[in-house]
Amino acid sequence: MIRVENVNKVYRTHGGDSVVLRDINFKIARGEKIGILGRNGAGKSTLVRLMSGAERPTSGAIYRDMSVSWPIAFGGAFQSSLTGYDNLKFICRIHGVDAKEHVAFVQDFAELGKYFREPIKHYSSGMRARLAFAISMVVEFDCFLIDEVVAVGDVRFHEKCRVELFEKRADRAMLIVSHDAHFVREHCDHAAVLEGGELRMFNSVNDAYVYYDARMH
Amino acid sequence: MTKLLVADSAASLARGWSVQRRVIGALLMREVLTRYGRHNIGILWLFVEPMLYTLGVTALWNATMSFHGTTLPITAFAVTGYSTVLLWRNMPSRCVQAIEPNLSLLYHRQVKVIDIYLARLILEAAGAGASFMLLSIVFSFLGMMDLPEDILLVIGGWLLLAWFGMVLALFIGALSEQYEIVEKLWHPAAYLSFPLSGAAFSLHALPERAQHYLSYVPMVNATELLREGYFGSQYIAVYDTKYLILFNLVLTLFALAEVRKISRIVVPQ
Repeated sequence: MIRVENVNKVYRTHGGDSVVLRDINFKIARGEKIGILGRNGAGKSTLVRLMSGAERPTSGAIYRDMSVSWPIAFGGAFQSSLTGYDNLKFICRIHGVDAKEHVAFVQDFAELGKYFREPIKHYSSGMRARLAFAISMVVEFDCFLIDEVVAVGDVRFHEKCRVELFEKRADRAMLIVSHDAHFVREHCDHAAVLEGGELRMFNSVNDAYVYYDARMH
Repeated sequence: MTKLLVADSAASLARGWSVQRRVIGALLMREVLTRYGRHNIGILWLFVEPMLYTLGVTALWNATMSFHGTTLPITAFAVTGYSTVLLWRNMPSRCVQAIEPNLSLLYHRQVKVIDIYLARLILEAAGAGASFMLLSIVFSFLGMMDLPEDILLVIGGWLLLAWFGMVLALFIGALSEQYEIVEKLWHPAAYLSFPLSGAAFSLHALPERAQHYLSYVPMVNATELLREGYFGSQYIAVYDTKYLILFNLVLTLFALAEVRKISRIVVPQ
């Protein structure tokens, strides 16, 4: 279970304080999949960063009694001056996982060929995305944070990701941020709409979309 | 109940320590790779670079027959002096604006701001220490200086100075994340404080007034302490260990407070 309790996030800007998240409360149980809908700039990515623990709330608390991933497939969580292989080793070291057992999987999944041992800064965006996703699958988390995972890559890559994440790891909890309504409907049990820094939770994904569409048009 | 709580928090402390060790280890490996790479002599640069500095300064001081107010050979004086400068000056320089290039790593919850600093500091101290040791051994082998008279005192002085350098680095590093001007001011300040740091003079040989003011400089105390251990019978060292430790303790408090402050405001990108 992850409990988000009375979480507020305020950023200081030159024009005064900017409240990005306001009194957020919700829970994710084991295996539960929640979609987050919201316009650009609604604070979805900030919420994901807070959930991952990379950033701390200004007030309120997030209690985790299951392990939570970093925002998966997110290329920004890697070191561009290092090779794909070195990044894999780094992630494995901080999570206490043996990198050797996963080299074959990452090489096979990311299809980088000899680029696996080249610095990431020389990769195309597709290569980066494939590597990022593959490395994200190396550590087994109880809850995966997914921020626009399907934004890059071709159809075949999407299908591979779908199998890894939603078939092989169907029992995990997930927080999914996506603009793709079809994707959210297919994978989420519930959905919430983030708007003006406030989160409104809906039991059915359908209700969330009805509300969201009404507000956006 | 209380017993349970204590056992519980002890267990969580042990868990936290094992995670932090893992993270710092991973950061160390990464730092070595990004800084020195796998080309030419690679990780050897860690101590070859500080050695080049010390060697250059030793050669210069020998060539100009620098006056330092003692009967010690210039080489011995330069090696013990400049190695200490590298220690307290390079650590803060490595920590100034150190977070930005590492922002992406903060996406991993296990990696904390202080881990990024500690990895850099451990590497810096190891490099300066290895360079000091190697130069002492090589020069004594060549008959240009003797080995330390009291090695424990040398290690003690070195560790106190490393402690000072580390907390100064954390303090300056954390301030530089909050105020850009700190980066601009640190470099000239470091450069200008070199002549006041005790590396290039013997405190005892200075006029009394100068001695009085310089005795408040922590680097002077540590360098004198180190030289006491190194030369002992041939050197009149002036230092106050208690003052140095107290100074370090207070600075540690300020440094940790600043690091804690920035860990709350840093936003990973």
